Amino acid sequence: MGRTLAEKVWEQHVVRRAEGEPDLLYIDLHLVHEVTSPQAFDGLRLSGRTVRRPDLTIATEDHNVPTVLGPIADVVSRTQVETLRKNTAEFGIRLHPMGDAGQGVVHIIGPQFGLTQPGMTVVCGDSHTSTHGAFGALAFGIGTSEVEHVLATQTLPAYRPKTMAVEVKGALPYGVTAKDLILAIIAQIGTGGGQGYIVEYRGEAVRALSMEGRMTVCNMSIEAGARAGMIAPDETTFEYLRGRPHAPSGAAWDEAVEYWKTLRTDDDAVFDKVVEIDASTLTPFVTWGTNPGQGAPLGSAVPSPEQFADPVERAAAERALDYMGLSAGTRLRDIQVDTVFVGSCTNGRLEDLRAAAEVLRGRTVVTRTLIVPGSMQVKADAEAEGLHEVFKAAGAEWREAGCSMCLGMNPDTLKPGERSASTSNRNFEGRQGKGGRTHLVSPQVAAATAVTGRLAAPADL
Amino acid sequence: MDAFTTHTGRAVPLRRSNVDTDQIIPAVWLKQVSRTGFDKGLFSAWREDPSFVLNDPAYAGASVLISGPDFGTGSSREHAVWALQQYGFRAVISSRFGDIFRNNSTKMGLLPVVLPEAVVEDLQAKVEADPAAELTVDLVEKQVRLGDVVAPFEIDDYTRWRLMEGLDDIGLTLRHAEDIDQYENGRQPWLPTTV
Ligand code: SF4
Repeated sequence: MGRTLAEKVWEQHVVRRAEGEPDLLYIDLHLVHEVTSPQAFDGLRLSGRTVRRPDLTIATEDHNVPTVLGPIADVVSRTQVETLRKNTAEFGIRLHPMGDAGQGVVHIIGPQFGLTQPGMTVVCGDSHTSTHGAFGALAFGIGTSEVEHVLATQTLPAYRPKTMAVEVKGALPYGVTAKDLILAIIAQIGTGGGQGYIVEYRGEAVRALSMEGRMTVCNMSIEAGARAGMIAPDETTFEYLRGRPHAPSGAAWDEAVEYWKTLRTDDDAVFDKVVEIDASTLTPFVTWGTNPGQGAPLGSAVPSPEQFADPVERAAAERALDYMGLSAGTRLRDIQVDTVFVGSCTNGRLEDLRAAAEVLRGRTVVTRTLIVPGSMQVKADAEAEGLHEVFKAAGAEWREAGCSMCLGMNPDTLKPGERSASTSNRNFEGRQGKGGRTHLVSPQVAAATAVTGRLAAPADL
Repeated sequence: MDAFTTHTGRAVPLRRSNVDTDQIIPAVWLKQVSRTGFDKGLFSAWREDPSFVLNDPAYAGASVLISGPDFGTGSSREHAVWALQQYGFRAVISSRFGDIFRNNSTKMGLLPVVLPEAVVEDLQAKVEADPAAELTVDLVEKQVRLGDVVAPFEIDDYTRWRLMEGLDDIGLTLRHAEDIDQYENGRQPWLPTTV
């Protein structure tokens, strides 16, 4: 019987297999940031262990960093960043600190350097590691104990998850993006629907996505409960990788591409679960609640809790509406926002900024609008195209690279009761600052919303 | 990590679903570089509400948390596990857990117990009726017991063994250092390094 893409990559990395034990998997790339690593490095020191493969490890500063120039004012944040600097120096790990041209959100810089390649295993102490699956890598988030385990051994014990195919039929209509697609997928399968699975996104609409769009989709796999999402590599993938600093070159490139072409699910392979979604019926999609599964088409209204047959979902919807300060039946287009955020590892790449700029060109924002590039490289590329001038002319703030308002850990936060349209990935209670209310949207919807002050799509302008 | 064999204590019902790790420990608490002091951050936003169940004196000192479905979804922050443990919890019962949270728990010796939703609700109701009732989570017998309820749960043998012995994963893996050496010698030559 044939094998799925996930099974092929998994098998390629089994170091040791024994009856009744998890497989021991080799890890090809370990990404490190300041938040989930300090206790892991401490653990190494306490047990007198060292980092087995610093040359397969790379670190960046992203979660705590302010997105305006200058030092970190918050003492605790600064200590955490300084701790990463000490740890990476002590253990010989490459670090891209604040201000460095290679600095950025951990999931943006891996692909940007060409470090994320098809068929690799990639881990990071961060749940959105699933982003790297866009290249046909097996990439998943881990906790601090596992970070320490990978540092010490370059391996992880793990049971192979089941496999799920998300078959996206048809083509996305004009104006409907990768973000709308993944929000619709999550609303369909639920926040727990992917638990225990590796999801492979397949079908015409997925093949038509750029690498940036594929990363947006895979990024949010965890929001459906799946630890990893994957897309089989193809010409789009190879073109993206060609010439990147860490991509193979010369004869090695040809050899690699030949192998990468084998990384596709065999025609006779069987998935444990198959979910279908019709891309051609989709429209811009936004969330109304406090988990990423609580979403609906922008053209619809805030649902009533009574619409949910399941008592648990009904209670969750009631709580969410209360927290979000929304009443059932309100048209989503009538929801007024205070802040718009474009950025994060979901939508902080060049293509996302271009999309936002296209909407904002020649227009003026009426809300506080933060445009935060996902990395210093994205910032440089955007500025080379003059996108920053478009944003500034529209009245938006053009910032330095970092996680920014994706999570309430650095100075970019919502105040209690404030409402945002955000291109990030989590609308959890307080995610963007205590008491803050988040609507997840695409960069296009974010930009249109900044212009009208209410949730809107570019077509509304 | 702490070994876990069997634990008896009072339980607290958390009647919410999708309790993501941002709720268990909000991001502002993650700036610490030590492993201690996270108990104060546990559910810190929710605890500001006097009617939140953890503020109910009837449940003070409870050591088992009985939650609605999809507990520990979202962020990979192991701080969520540390916060629960440092607050005094030894086990969490739910019908579904976030994969990463469940993994993190078993690395630290906090037992995630999966029971059917109906059983979870029954346990919650019983604890609400009698907050002083003692519940037993028995990893040896793979059972949760409360009054006349005996609920069996599943856990893979390897994880169970590791938890019961309190074994450190890294130590176990390093026993196979030769296998790792051998694997490394056969890796594809084009694979990237960060240097
Ligand atoms: S941008 Fe947001 S989701 Fe991505 S790594 Fe940073 S905090 Fe996490």
